[in-house]
Amino acid sequence: MKNGPLDVHLTRRELLMAGAASAATAAAPDAVAQPAGSDVSVAKVSLDVNGRVHSLELDTRTTLLDALREQLHLIGSKKGCDQGQCGACTVIVDGRRVTSCLTLAVMQQGHKITTIEGLGTPESLHPMQAAFVKHDGFQCGFCTPGQICSAVAMLEEVKAGIPSHVTVDLTQRPQSSDAEFRERMSGNICRCGAYSNIQEAIVEVAGARR
Amino acid sequence: MKPFSYERARTPAEAVAAAVRVQGARFIAGGTNLLDLMKLQIETPTHLIDVNDLALNRIERTPDGGLRIGALVRNTDLAADPTVRRDYAVLARALLAGASGQLRNQATTAGNLLQRTRCPYFYDTNLPCNKRVPGSGCSALGGFSRQHAIVGVSDACIATHPSDMAIALRALDATVETFRPNGAARTILIADFHRLPGNTPHLDTVLEPGELITAVVLAPPVGGTHVYRKVRDRASYAFALVSIAAIVQRDGSSRVALGGVAPKPWRVEAAERELPRGAAAVAAGLLADARTTHDNAFKVQLVQRTLASVLAEAKG
Repeated sequence: MKNGPLDVHLTRRELLMAGAASAATAAAPDAVAQPAGSDVSVAKVSLDVNGRVHSLELDTRTTLLDALREQLHLIGSKKGCDQGQCGACTVIVDGRRVTSCLTLAVMQQGHKITTIEGLGTPESLHPMQAAFVKHDGFQCGFCTPGQICSAVAMLEEVKAGIPSHVTVDLTQRPQSSDAEFRERMSGNICRCGAYSNIQEAIVEVAGARR
Repeated sequence: MKPFSYERARTPAEAVAAAVRVQGARFIAGGTNLLDLMKLQIETPTHLIDVNDLALNRIERTPDGGLRIGALVRNTDLAADPTVRRDYAVLARALLAGASGQLRNQATTAGNLLQRTRCPYFYDTNLPCNKRVPGSGCSALGGFSRQHAIVGVSDACIATHPSDMAIALRALDATVETFRPNGAARTILIADFHRLPGNTPHLDTVLEPGELITAVVLAPPVGGTHVYRKVRDRASYAFALVSIAAIVQRDGSSRVALGGVAPKPWRVEAAERELPRGAAAVAAGLLADARTTHDNAFKVQLVQRTLASVLAEAKG
């Protein structure tokens, strides 16, 4: 496992792009290309991502997700549904998990953004990343960055005493229980169905007794 | 998405002035519904006024012992507020029954009230929809209408209002405070805030163009047992087929508001007086003018049964 998937030289995206280039396609080069005559609005924005500030000039329509992926090349955050339903784009903004497809990059000036790339590195995994590997909390891996960002911030929500739909007594602090974790992770969909292993990983990191 | 210009407003007056100045301007706060609709070009603002910097994110006591909830208070924070959890539990429960953790972190109190229907025909720009394109027709009537409304509907539209929070606010008789384009403040009862479709289903609320919600105000706590029960196709992260916000007092009197069955939070005060005669009598009063389709007729019985269950739970 040590020299396994983490040791590849090309990311999947570079591989796909190389494939597209070798097919000599004449696709439009610019993701923000517009039909002639349209009134595109550009804004300057500083994004604080994983502790580094990036100054960008963006089409105002750029979502935080697209800025992360297309401008900053932080391609861990995934575009699944692009409508806030799947959770694959989940990142942490000022300590809170959000769907990065449903917020504009220009709205995020002055906020601290953490993506999967900022949680850990291949050499030094975040405990949640390590737990996902240990418990096989994925198959295809597409939803995994969103699952992990969501899980990390979710445990903080429990710690902060934020209740959930399954919290029995609203006047008490919520428990670190299986039922609480399952309910709170419902905004992250896994098409492979790795839910039970994802749950095991979260339970381990939470230190919750079974 | 259509191109738009963008600005951040610093005060409500500045935000409202910008909304009046620029044709096609819209406010944006959480953006969880607006951006979704902009991607589909169902909403096509020419200018976005980001209101997140307005100082409207506090929850504070009112002089009479009620609660003023700033328009920008996030759904997560409202549900987690100790006073809301203790004295307005039906509101906390309703919020926690809605959306996902990520969305509740982004979505605001005012935005929740202003979210638009999730009728699939409203979202499908290839099909007629009177709410999206006035006069084009209603695809839900005669279409697949299992999720749709059974009361308050018209020949033009049978869409439901999707909010859980608003159902609890209706049971609590909340009021909505706004800042109008002419600079004056006004207060709107939650009962009057959302419109029934009639012949103008494209108008969801009574807000004027450019009018900004600044707060939602709750009266002093009324006590009682608070229940929010949501019946849906999944255990989590799904819109309601039927939901019930109920506040039941020891003397047996109660307030009951329904979600998932109407274009707005649905409450009939006269029906609540039928409580001594049982859930069926209350449900009959609530749904007296029901107009069901083949697909959603089951909701009549579902309301009755869910209400019976809620009242049993409230009595302990």
